[in-house]
Amino acid sequence: MTKKTEFSRRGLLAVAAGAMAMSMTAMPAQADGSVTVASWGGSYQNAQSLALFQPASKAMGITVKEETYGGMSDVRLKVKAGAVAWDIVSSGSGSAARAAAEGLLEKLDYSVIDVSTFYPTLKTDYCVGSDVFSTVMAFNTATYGDSGPKSWADFWDVKKFPGKRAYRNKVAGALEPALMADGVAPADVYKVLDSEEGIKRALDKIRELKPEIAVWWKSGAQHAQLMKDGEVDMTTGWNGRFDVAKKDGAKVAYTFNQGLLDYDCFAIPKGAPNKDLAMKFLAEVSKPEIQANLPKHITYGPTNKKAYEIGMIDDKTARMMPSHPDNAAVQLPVSLAWYAKWEQKAAAMYQDMLTE
Amino acid sequence: MTELSIGSDSRANESTFLKQSRREEWALLGLASPAILTVLIVMVLPVGWLFYLSFLADDGSFSLEHYNRMLESKAYGRIFMTTFEVSFITTGLCILIGYPLAYFLSQLSSRMAALCMLTVLLPFWTSLLVRTYAWLVLLQRKGLINSWGIDLGLWDEPLKLVHNLNGTLIGMVHIMLPFLVLPLYGSMKAISADYLKASSNLGAGPTQTFWNIFFPLSLPGLFAGALIVFVLCLGFFVTPAVLGGGKVIMVSMQITSNIELFFNWGAASALGVVLLVITLAILLAASRLLKLDNVLGGGH
Repeated sequence: MTKKTEFSRRGLLAVAAGAMAMSMTAMPAQADGSVTVASWGGSYQNAQSLALFQPASKAMGITVKEETYGGMSDVRLKVKAGAVAWDIVSSGSGSAARAAAEGLLEKLDYSVIDVSTFYPTLKTDYCVGSDVFSTVMAFNTATYGDSGPKSWADFWDVKKFPGKRAYRNKVAGALEPALMADGVAPADVYKVLDSEEGIKRALDKIRELKPEIAVWWKSGAQHAQLMKDGEVDMTTGWNGRFDVAKKDGAKVAYTFNQGLLDYDCFAIPKGAPNKDLAMKFLAEVSKPEIQANLPKHITYGPTNKKAYEIGMIDDKTARMMPSHPDNAAVQLPVSLAWYAKWEQKAAAMYQDMLTE
Repeated sequence: MTELSIGSDSRANESTFLKQSRREEWALLGLASPAILTVLIVMVLPVGWLFYLSFLADDGSFSLEHYNRMLESKAYGRIFMTTFEVSFITTGLCILIGYPLAYFLSQLSSRMAALCMLTVLLPFWTSLLVRTYAWLVLLQRKGLINSWGIDLGLWDEPLKLVHNLNGTLIGMVHIMLPFLVLPLYGSMKAISADYLKASSNLGAGPTQTFWNIFFPLSLPGLFAGALIVFVLCLGFFVTPAVLGGGKVIMVSMQITSNIELFFNWGAASALGVVLLVITLAILLAASRLLKLDNVLGGGH
């Protein structure tokens, strides 16, 4: 009996607290509605929440519910089951493009979302850029001092830069560096890759480096840890992770030169319950003054060029961002069209190479 | 007349007995039904569903594309080979290490045995992830073992202990050992000391007694343990993923990457189906060859 009363009392408290919370969030201004956003969790979503979601919800006077999810395969399941609970999902540009091709996403309304000052390549009809990151070469400063590799040719040069390498265990972002190391100009990389022979050429170049590759990494957390532990002397990876590792005392540096410029984006799943409000919310988080918050929380740059011009990001921080004009100029933008056309085929060939 | 009445009496008795035993069987079935239903719902139905999905193309039509993909690419064959190779070697190493250990434990006094058993059980109770990452810390290039070894002058270059097959096997053997030792220890304890005494009485030396009496009697426990280890190894994910450095790719890892790559359960479940079929075939062959009926509980 005591157990039962206790339980109901606790239940009552929870209901009361919930009602209070609801009335509190519902109070500001013309409080109509809420949107649910799903993202990747961890330090990344934390940064998104502080920099984008919370300021935007405050400005609009709506409630934002945050959830974490496992990527577009989750969206696919929900859409196919007709049970879409998310209004907005945060995704990598490549998987968003594939989800769009499958008809899983709503078309974005760019008369609502102002993208006039965006980098033109950082949005599609179905996904609007949220932040820019880069796949770069990072090196151990204890091994190489400040004179680490400056190009993919250096990354491949085991005589000039002896030491163990780590490389990605998936094809995404793995073939482009190999071709550049093989002497292909960055501008021609996707032209060469646009055939099975081109993909094979890149794979053969990776085969050449294979004896020096100690680890095939599978996550950003892993490649950061490899550098921290000194397990390898050089690796490919996502720039933001190396900055976090450096803050934690890792002896790691990287160059944007010949990096692969890529972006994350926001999309609206087909059949989202609050589609119109979600569109307005995306308009809000795409504004330069909201996007300018992001670099304070993670070294991933804004997709709205204007965010750099309104004086909210100091010069030193701006220069660390992959989308800073100086940095963007030396990088190769990732081609979504190529991934849409070739990724599954190339992934099978990559797996062949890995298991040899 | 008396004879007849006795007959009808015994017949009446017999039918009462039959009724009673039938009632008992039904009661037992009733008691077992929650377990049977659970197995049916959480095991048989999903496996059947995945089996069905593996024959569906993207547009929902019947198709063998997921199986054709496995035939077309060399990678899948190699991944299956790796999976069975790793499982086989792990099982072998577990037997080599585990048999002497279980034998030693079975010969100790029960108090000492309980104490020593803790060395087997403590790691068993620790999270698998924790143990796997602990091995990573110990084995890596600048890890404890390599830095001590180099400092002590035992070797000059860091040994390649992890991010390869070596590391995977070290981690998996450590994690699998209790699964072999526990059933083996149980079957060794059940061997009556009288058999061994009788053997000595008949003039056999210790070695002869061990090989002729003790070892054959411990075989059912050994097979049971080895079987558990082997089957668990086939589906292993975490340890090879963390300690294999991306070079040891097992079926379970390929299943997750297929889901990510193809957005499609069918592509992944086809792999699961093939693994299941091959595993069942191996078990069937093994049970024929080794007469595992006793172990699997079918020989009573």
